[in-house]
Amino acid sequence: MNTETTSLKVPMVQSRAAHMREVYRRYGIVAVLIVLCIVLSFANQYFLTVGNIADILRQTSINGILAVGMTYVVLTAGIDLSVGSTLALAGIISASLVTGAHPHSVMFGLMAGLVVGVAVGAINGVLVARLSVPPFVATLGMLSAARGLTFIYNDGMPVTDLPDGYLNIGTGAIAGVPVPIIIFGVVVVMFWFVLRYTTYGRYVYAVGGNARSAKTSGISTRRIIFSVYVIGGLLAGLAGIILAARTTSALPQAGLSYELDAIAAVVIGGTSLSGGSGSLGGTVVGALLIGVINNGLNLLGVSSYYQQVVKGVIIVGAVLLDASRKKQ
Amino acid sequence: MNDLLVEATGVQKAFNGVRAIDDGRLSLRRGSVHALCGGNGAGKSTFLSIVMGITQRDGGEILFKGRSVNFQSPAEALANRIAIITQELSPIPGMTVAENLYLGREPRRARVLVRFKALIKQAQDLLDRLGFPVDARARMSSLSLAQIQLVEIAKAFSHDCDVMIMDEPTSAIGERETEVLFSAIRNLTAHGAGIIYVSHRLSEIFQIADDYTVFRDGRYVDSGRIGDIDRSYLVSTIVGRKLNSAEKSRRPVGKPVLESTRLSRKSEFNNISLTVHQGEVLGIYGLMGAGRSEYLNCVYGLTRPDSGEVRLNGRVLPVGHPRKAIQAGLSLVTEDRKETGLVLSASVRDNIALSAYKRLSRLSFINRRKVRTLVETMVGRMRIKTSSVSLPVSSMSGGNQQKVVLARCLSTEPTCLLCDEPTRGIDEGAKREVYKLLDDFVTKGGAAIVVSSEAQEILDVSDRVAIFKSGQLVTVIDGHTTTQEDLLHFAS
Repeated sequence: MNTETTSLKVPMVQSRAAHMREVYRRYGIVAVLIVLCIVLSFANQYFLTVGNIADILRQTSINGILAVGMTYVVLTAGIDLSVGSTLALAGIISASLVTGAHPHSVMFGLMAGLVVGVAVGAINGVLVARLSVPPFVATLGMLSAARGLTFIYNDGMPVTDLPDGYLNIGTGAIAGVPVPIIIFGVVVVMFWFVLRYTTYGRYVYAVGGNARSAKTSGISTRRIIFSVYVIGGLLAGLAGIILAARTTSALPQAGLSYELDAIAAVVIGGTSLSGGSGSLGGTVVGALLIGVINNGLNLLGVSSYYQQVVKGVIIVGAVLLDASRKKQ
Repeated sequence: MNDLLVEATGVQKAFNGVRAIDDGRLSLRRGSVHALCGGNGAGKSTFLSIVMGITQRDGGEILFKGRSVNFQSPAEALANRIAIITQELSPIPGMTVAENLYLGREPRRARVLVRFKALIKQAQDLLDRLGFPVDARARMSSLSLAQIQLVEIAKAFSHDCDVMIMDEPTSAIGERETEVLFSAIRNLTAHGAGIIYVSHRLSEIFQIADDYTVFRDGRYVDSGRIGDIDRSYLVSTIVGRKLNSAEKSRRPVGKPVLESTRLSRKSEFNNISLTVHQGEVLGIYGLMGAGRSEYLNCVYGLTRPDSGEVRLNGRVLPVGHPRKAIQAGLSLVTEDRKETGLVLSASVRDNIALSAYKRLSRLSFINRRKVRTLVETMVGRMRIKTSSVSLPVSSMSGGNQQKVVLARCLSTEPTCLLCDEPTRGIDEGAKREVYKLLDDFVTKGGAAIVVSSEAQEILDVSDRVAIFKSGQLVTVIDGHTTTQEDLLHFAS
């Protein structure tokens, strides 16, 4: 009897310890973000103004939306290097359809952009889930191919003269809130909910945590893996439309190396690159952190060369801090 | 109505032209526990994965409740109420116990939303009903190996199956948990289910099984009622030859090699003072959670003690430095060879020589000749069966893998060997060889500590036995005169 009661206690204590670790892990990065904001608000009085915060959020929205999709992919122990190219391809196709001699409706252009994103994601998904190409290789190939197609599509020329209805997606505001921020918020809430509360979301974790076990439990691991690349593509398409609308033209070189910022946001947010653990909340904080760093360094007048160095150091530092907390 | 739940005949399967199983047969009666016995490489695991639909058979027939079946996936077998607890634990570390238990069949709202409260309640009810001390809300990554195994067992029970296959279900758990498992098994068979039970622990088979079937080298050899045979008959049928039980002679005992003084680590073990001498095997026995492995890990330097010290050959070991412990002459044979003991994808050669590369190289250039000599010596001495030392260890049987772990540990020429469950999941024959190797090592002047949850194993190898209970050292007794009853008496 004695041993039973003692052994009963062990897992309880462990789970509480695990819970504490979880709390540390989540709020560790939040603490970094808050400290950084405080420091910047003292360093530059413009930092903590409504206008600047809206700026940060608007700039973050593109990377944030990409990072949401990236979180899904990384949770399955995959990676999607092609989102920057997908963004450009979807943006330029979508933009070209609403301009020119016979423009289609804005709605048609939007849908087309999303469809392009889904199509690219589906190709990635088939390569990874069905043909067992390693995600790194499959999406590296796509990074190159989709970028090439983007240049071919419009002979390397940007698409300009976008109609007002289209531009509103990037520059408009509803009740004073910029549209990109609203879209970003909706995307985060929707995909957070799916990940947290639906069986599908739990299966994404399961596949990344232990694919064999998931398979034995009757989960179609292929379908789950395929779907996360489609989600990645869809959100890249969406980001492409927003970027084109915000910059008032779709450039073939848009979104170069955006995949790296998206991956950085995911990693800073505490999602494990080996899959199975992490959260969308963390990713959002990670994306905000990157946005704040960019914005803050601009305000402080740091040259863009130094900015890159500082950003790199902060990314690695944040993750190091996270790792040391996890060890406790 | 047919009384047989499963009737398999002439099951065949080859991998890349190599016969894994040639003539697999088994008849499982309703409401019975059927022990499937055989050494490593006898074809048991292949046979079971065919029954379960994990692997597709090349030939033969399997009748399930009198109906011929050929499952294409484990999910299909599950749908037909056949579940398996595999030897390989496959938890999803980032998810909770409850989520792991009901993965793929969570209680839902509106078909896609998980009802977490109901899920946790359902899982905790199941665990409590089985008597498993695990919190359904805990993350899998926070559980011990034994608890993970209990969760895997609970998962199989949760399917409410007619046939349950258990492949080494007790390899990671202690004897007390085994008792809990056995009462759960009896409960299941009382309701008419049938169980195919695989275990290398023969005493378990005699305790729980009704029938037995023996495979050897991929072929059916014998079957019958367990009540009609005795242990030595079963052993000789499995091995195919007579086996002498481990002969243990008293060796001359030399000077102290490893001494721990009042070693403590909070909530793991408390105030442990033990000494092991040259020419001696010290066994450590205790139930799950007694702090045996934790003690060993601390001595080796994987964890830091809160107080106390460890001396090796008279010199104090620095705490928390496995590398320095190895240099000083310690070596640890780990409990979980797949996770921590071996680099599975690397070759046999690399695995054996990994720890010794430093000794066998100059200016980082490896002396290939010395490596070859070392590897050849070890393969010969350990009788490791492999067609080439360039093959990855993942291609070997469990017994051979464990010998590779031992070979690596011995390649650093330690003075004291720490073994944590050195024969977990390997067959009788390979176990004897491991014992023999330990005996050789100690006879040549080495010292060894062996932690095991199997009382028989402790008695087979130990000169003295230290018994742990809830983190305390209860007593140290003579290993030559002790019986299993004594061990259990002190440990529980």
